[in-house]
Amino acid sequence: MAAEPIRFTIDDVEITALEGQSIIEACDAAGIYIPRLCHHPELEPSGNCRVCTCKVNGRNSATCVTPAAHGMSIENNTKELNDDRRMIIEMLFVEGNHPCPYCVASGNCELQALGYRLGMQAPKEVYQWPDRGIDATHPDIYLDHDRCILCSRCIRASRMEDGKTVFGFSGRGITMRLNIDATGGLGETQMAAIDKAARVCPVACIVIKRDSYRVPNGQRRFDLAPIGSDIEARRKQVKS
Amino acid sequence: MREAKSSDSRNSDQYHWKRVTRPHRHLTTATEVKRVIDLFGGDRSRLLDIAEAVQHRFGSISDEAVKALADGLGMHAVEVEDMVSFYAFLDREPRGRFRVRLSKTPISLMKGAGDVARAFESALAISIGSTTPDGKFTLEWTSDIGMADQEPAALINRMVLTELTPADVPDIIASLRHRSNKGDEPPFPLHPVDGSMLPKAVVKPSLVKAGPLLSGPLGRDDGLRAALSMEPGEVVAVITASKLRGRGGAGFPTGMKWRLTAKAVGSDHYVVCNADEGEPGTFKDRVLLSEFPDLVIDGMTVAGYALGAKHGLIYLRGEYAYLWDMLQDVLANRRSAGLLGTNILGRKGFDFDIRIQLGAGAYICGEESSLLESLEGKRGTPRDRPPFPTERGYLHQPTAIDNVETFACAARILAQGAAWFSGLGTAESTGTKLMSVAGDCSRPGVYEVPFGITVNELLDMVGAPDAAFVQIGGPSGQSVAPKDFGRRIAYEDLSTGGSTMIFGPTRDILDIALQFAAFFVDESCGWCAPCRVGTTLLKQGMEKIVAGRATLDDLKATEALGHTVARMSRCGLGQMAPNPILSTMRNFPELYEARLSPEPFSPRVSLEDALRAAVLIQGRASVPEEA
Repeated sequence: MAAEPIRFTIDDVEITALEGQSIIEACDAAGIYIPRLCHHPELEPSGNCRVCTCKVNGRNSATCVTPAAHGMSIENNTKELNDDRRMIIEMLFVEGNHPCPYCVASGNCELQALGYRLGMQAPKEVYQWPDRGIDATHPDIYLDHDRCILCSRCIRASRMEDGKTVFGFSGRGITMRLNIDATGGLGETQMAAIDKAARVCPVACIVIKRDSYRVPNGQRRFDLAPIGSDIEARRKQVKS
Repeated sequence: MREAKSSDSRNSDQYHWKRVTRPHRHLTTATEVKRVIDLFGGDRSRLLDIAEAVQHRFGSISDEAVKALADGLGMHAVEVEDMVSFYAFLDREPRGRFRVRLSKTPISLMKGAGDVARAFESALAISIGSTTPDGKFTLEWTSDIGMADQEPAALINRMVLTELTPADVPDIIASLRHRSNKGDEPPFPLHPVDGSMLPKAVVKPSLVKAGPLLSGPLGRDDGLRAALSMEPGEVVAVITASKLRGRGGAGFPTGMKWRLTAKAVGSDHYVVCNADEGEPGTFKDRVLLSEFPDLVIDGMTVAGYALGAKHGLIYLRGEYAYLWDMLQDVLANRRSAGLLGTNILGRKGFDFDIRIQLGAGAYICGEESSLLESLEGKRGTPRDRPPFPTERGYLHQPTAIDNVETFACAARILAQGAAWFSGLGTAESTGTKLMSVAGDCSRPGVYEVPFGITVNELLDMVGAPDAAFVQIGGPSGQSVAPKDFGRRIAYEDLSTGGSTMIFGPTRDILDIALQFAAFFVDESCGWCAPCRVGTTLLKQGMEKIVAGRATLDDLKATEALGHTVARMSRCGLGQMAPNPILSTMRNFPELYEARLSPEPFSPRVSLEDALRAAVLIQGRASVPEEA
């Protein structure tokens, strides 16, 4: 039986999806950018950040974990959704410590880039000033837990891609933390700097030592073009 | 697909707490943990039971135990910790042998829980949250334990104490101290003392008013016998015709849920009873389980027959562990009577048995997909849907999860007929509803009322002539103001799982909303950002409002934040968490206005407080601003 083509519309643009694609995957392929933070194209989706929430047939759904279905009608780039997304970004800014001006990830940071893209000024919410500590026990990698946004990318990458399960969560609610598979720090784990898990952190929680300023500030990825513009460039190709 | 292991429901009796509690003091942690793992057939999906047993044996789950669990189950330590650290009743650090957990809810505080807490603090010479130096007692608050009609209540280990007064406390402590001197008792027993030896260690029957569901002759197998006279598909049709809807509050049509589960393809089908009654203010499932357990299990067995399921599971909240032995006895009696097990009531090939899974202190596990994760031995994080549990639920198999009361209704519908049931209530809400009523009223308890009853009628029934507001459906429900007391309890109007908290004219509505906001901070699972962070920010916003320091802008910001959390959160917990704030803002705007700060701007931090340490070090105050 030949699969029926899956067609749906997002902000009045018609898109064709492949069987098994999530909404965000289908939109990425078609060059429609849906803001997202925890989603990574090479990892299983996990629905942690909810930034990719769209109005799907009138109902809010995180598009990284929602399968594309024929006939869906989706709202993405609306003021209400972008306001809510910006509010989530603000929440993450105040939950951790994110001092952009002197952060190693500035310019490469997806949290920062989304703040810019969504028009965040300064967070209006109360800073929580966590004090979760730094783990510098690994010779090549350090972990700054205060910058962790609990997106679970490293957990997924370590388990599924590296086959190591170096990371997990501990606790719940506002006290939830990124946890590692050793009592004495990251240096006791099998983690290596070439691991996928070391390369997917959207912020500067997992940082490769001695590597941070190879590309100077001002010439980094999001210094050159806003987040999502690589995906949107595809749309131009699709059109032409 | 995975085979049901020896540890599955077919051998639910195989494991008995007492086998673990026998002290083997000479054995190492690793050996003991291995023994526990073996009792559960090395099945990692039973990690919650295994962890509870280890905690029970050692009082906490140490690093050494985590490592032994990981080794024994073929997991990483970080995965074990991921699960263990999630549950309030599992500890990574040693705590006192007697764990005194005082129920902290607006109602318990109204009834004097604060004084009881101070009495415990002074009798034990410790403050809440700490452990006595001799390691015998830990004193702490816990979320609602399902005793709203007999607060102040407390859990001491697995035992429930109710209607406490400060005067009871010395005797309770003395009795426990006496007990703990006995050398033959295992450490951290499930039942530390004979309940009758302790003052107030009794749960009163809470049913005040029975209606058609709970009165009349209730045979323990009436539903099942009626079901067996039909084809399984006909049973589903009867449930559909009755228009029964889920009693947990969401109101999904039960007949449709059963039909979807029955037709979903899988190697096994499962029937799960959601007895994780965690919504503050509700206790009607506790009443059903303690006073009508056969009716509930009859309903589950009917579902087992209708869905072609061999396995049933009751997810019993950890707070109700005191019901464990009684429920096991009921299951055992039903097995001997041929009402559970193989070839039930002589019907060849109809095999169905039930296992009880004890929860470990997590409100979120009442959410059906979190409950499934927890049943599988994981942290109670909700799942994204689709797929729905009817298609892929427990162990990825088709699963029907229903509330305790829903199963009770199902049994009665089979026995009495769909028309009997649909003749009760309203067009969209057939049958009756068990309402758990507590707070400022003269007759708290469980009332069986027909759907369609108004809030006013309910208030008259329970003796609450001067209610200032009623919280319907618990913190995740709605704050109903007197102007809306004409509204009806029904899915088409005020949809509720039954929690009804009544507050009189002297109560501080905003402070109650703040307490509910704090509850969601404690119970958010943390998986998704809007709920994890948003619940904390909402509580902080509410604190500022209650303290009279909020400006109009603050008020608007808290309201906007509430709407974002409601719209963007992953599951019902986060989607409902802003309700107490948003619905009181809607219904009692004048109370919020009265608390507004007269200043146009009011900082969240006090400069004086922030500088206090520096001032102390420097030995001089900061220079005052020039006027």
